[in-house]
Amino acid sequence: MTDERRPMLQAKGISKFFPGTVALDNVDLTLHGGEIHALLGENGAGKSTLIKCLTGVYRRDSGRVLLQGKEVDPTLTHHSQRLGIGTVYQEVNLLPNLTVAENLYLGRQPMRGPFVDRRRMNTQARDTLRDYGIQIDPAQPLSTYSVAVQQVVAIARAVEMSGKVLILDEPTASLDHEEVQLLFSVIRRLKDRRLAVVFITHFLDQVFDICDSATVLRNGQVVGRVDLATTSRNDVITLMLGRQLAAQVRAPKPKAGGNTLLQIEGLQKTGMLNRFDLSLNEGEVVGLAGLLGSGRTETANLIFGAVKADQGKLTFRGKEIQLRNPRDAVAQGFALCPEDRKTDGIVGELSVRDNIILALQARQGWMRKVRRKKIEAIAEHYVRTLDIRLANLDMPIRLLSGGNQQKALLARWLATDPNFLILDEPTRGIDIGAHAEIIALIGRLQQDGMALLVASSEMEELVAYSNRVIVLRDRTQVKELVGEEITSDNIIRAIAADPQVEAAV
Amino acid sequence: MIRSTHLPLIVTLATFVLAYALCAWQYPSMLSLRVVANLLTDNAFLGIVAVGMTFVILSGGIDLSVGSVIAFTGVFLAVVLRDTTLHPLMAFALVLVITSAFGAAMGSIIHYLEMPPFIVTLAGMFLARGAAYVLSTDSVPITHEFYDALQQVYWKTASGGRFRLIGGVMIVTFLVGIMVAHRTRFGQNVYALGGGSATSRLMGVPVASTTIGIYAISGGLAGLAGIVFSLYTSAGYSLATVGVELDAIAAVVIGGTLLTGGFGFVAGTFFGILIMGLIQTYIVFDGTLSSWWTKIVIGGLLFAFILLQKGLTWASTARRKVATGFVTPS
Repeated sequence: MTDERRPMLQAKGISKFFPGTVALDNVDLTLHGGEIHALLGENGAGKSTLIKCLTGVYRRDSGRVLLQGKEVDPTLTHHSQRLGIGTVYQEVNLLPNLTVAENLYLGRQPMRGPFVDRRRMNTQARDTLRDYGIQIDPAQPLSTYSVAVQQVVAIARAVEMSGKVLILDEPTASLDHEEVQLLFSVIRRLKDRRLAVVFITHFLDQVFDICDSATVLRNGQVVGRVDLATTSRNDVITLMLGRQLAAQVRAPKPKAGGNTLLQIEGLQKTGMLNRFDLSLNEGEVVGLAGLLGSGRTETANLIFGAVKADQGKLTFRGKEIQLRNPRDAVAQGFALCPEDRKTDGIVGELSVRDNIILALQARQGWMRKVRRKKIEAIAEHYVRTLDIRLANLDMPIRLLSGGNQQKALLARWLATDPNFLILDEPTRGIDIGAHAEIIALIGRLQQDGMALLVASSEMEELVAYSNRVIVLRDRTQVKELVGEEITSDNIIRAIAADPQVEAAV
Repeated sequence: MIRSTHLPLIVTLATFVLAYALCAWQYPSMLSLRVVANLLTDNAFLGIVAVGMTFVILSGGIDLSVGSVIAFTGVFLAVVLRDTTLHPLMAFALVLVITSAFGAAMGSIIHYLEMPPFIVTLAGMFLARGAAYVLSTDSVPITHEFYDALQQVYWKTASGGRFRLIGGVMIVTFLVGIMVAHRTRFGQNVYALGGGSATSRLMGVPVASTTIGIYAISGGLAGLAGIVFSLYTSAGYSLATVGVELDAIAAVVIGGTLLTGGFGFVAGTFFGILIMGLIQTYIVFDGTLSSWWTKIVIGGLLFAFILLQKGLTWASTARRKVATGFVTPS
């Protein structure tokens, strides 16, 4: 029917704007039938926005989507499904209370007169699922089966309804190794059925295992389309993490010469972080590098007490301390700017002023209200020194751009005058100007004698401000780079090199 | 093979059988067909409205307006039959249209304005009760030969029990409800909504029409229950059936339907109604107990069933089947 050369799906020049940011900038994507295509990029690179534009969850602001050469413009999820584009998400989007067969056939049940023909539905479901390599009783509720089985049922539903393009958004995130292999065998069968499969994951091993080609996104732009058979892991990681920042920012890097401020020994939590050790001096910036899912955010949360560690000893200024929750950490003079500022950071409806003062007020306790004049003074001070651009302090913080929100969040923690500041992805999703300002600010804070731990996926950024860089891989501390060793190439090499694991797989 | 989703229904059935056995052991005459006939007649209107409530709760919603709608229906019928020459059958049809439209309107508000069903139907409850007051504040007797004719329709058993028309209406309602819930696409969509409305939307369930349909059914069945209630009492009174919505919710929960939606059976509600009726009958037979004991026992039963549901949810998540179903790829 379709000739080999014509792509199954072609997206040309897709752009999508959100207030304050360009989520997608002139993105092209080409998918062929019988090909498994990886969509790669760090968080915020625009992968999920692109998928949502293709499936009609978002309206694209410009660009064209051609399905088998015909232009399509889906506006609803089930519209794109009917056109032939099916999507399966990490979270299984099926109904746990219905049976497997009911989930598979919801909305298109075989009927006999006005009634659903349950017997036929169950036999058909059994036969269909056997084609996908699973043999289960489809009359049982979906929730009685494991996530892997549910994932296969979701794929079966998507494929049976769509049948041209299948988008898999992080389908393996909650599966163990064996289940991943079973899922892959299902995906390979679909490849043989000439479907175009898009595979989104942050596990590079899996990408090289199953995918044929890849499109790499960074900051909403396509930075490369590669054939994975002829591309090395290093090249892919370099594409993902980028090196465009080098020319722009070279903050002066003061020598760390202070006393030991914080010593972390054997911090760990099963499933989140293997043994982590770190000794941090006053006036020192330590970078945390690693791919998404390597344990960067987990490390930050464990140190801050936001997640309780299984074990580990923290010594702060020579005294052992116990951090059971973030309150304890704040009391010691710790501060954490979280990764996802929309859900973990800002309180969108509150004013900029209230957002800035929140942490200070929380530390003082609710009984002792910070005086109005002092609030005003603090808020104005940080708006000035951090150059937060706003109409007035009373406007709700959600109306600020990403970069200004980030600066207001920084102001919130700086107002508590911390000794130790943890920044998790401080420059994610903000424009390049604000980016440079935040990097410069990190340098200033360091000069003031503050100790900082910065987790970031931007290599060049880490190179710019870190005295030391700790590289994480698979939730393990694998390398520490000091001084002259800190270069993008070294970091990338440390992330990619994995001789034992590669030999084992 | 017993599925975990069937377990609440089985527990309800067992509770009913056990309760009836206990009653019969103490008062053997409770086994008579006369008692059974009265059980059906006395709980007919509650049963009908509980069928609608089952649909609403299965979809994850709640309908607090039904008690007021029953009262409104009764007053409406009484006033129309007193003041006009409309035939009762026409009045029945008219009131069913009104109550269904009322339910559909509440469903539209819940869906399109994304309001919680609790608040919308609470407003509906006051509206319907208020409308009943506007029609008449007094109890209006219904005297119409057609009513007398309908009330004379019964099947008399040898022992003198009378299976009346309204009991039959309830049974037919339950049978239709069971078919709709478990055998039609609409019914599947109701369960889907109860499983998760966001997911249902992603899976292509017509959320708008299903939500509106559910509340229209609940409103319409409340109208039918109102008709049955007016046949039962031969009057319309705006202060009648206060709190019936809560009795209906109790019957649904005792019948094994999960209050959070998605799990349950219409047939379970039938036994929920019978259990509640049985408790009342027992207290009548005893004669010395205050009728408030009905409420206390029902309260205790509700607690027991909520705990049971919690336990079942916990048990079903604890023992999830692993991916043993896979066959090796050929």
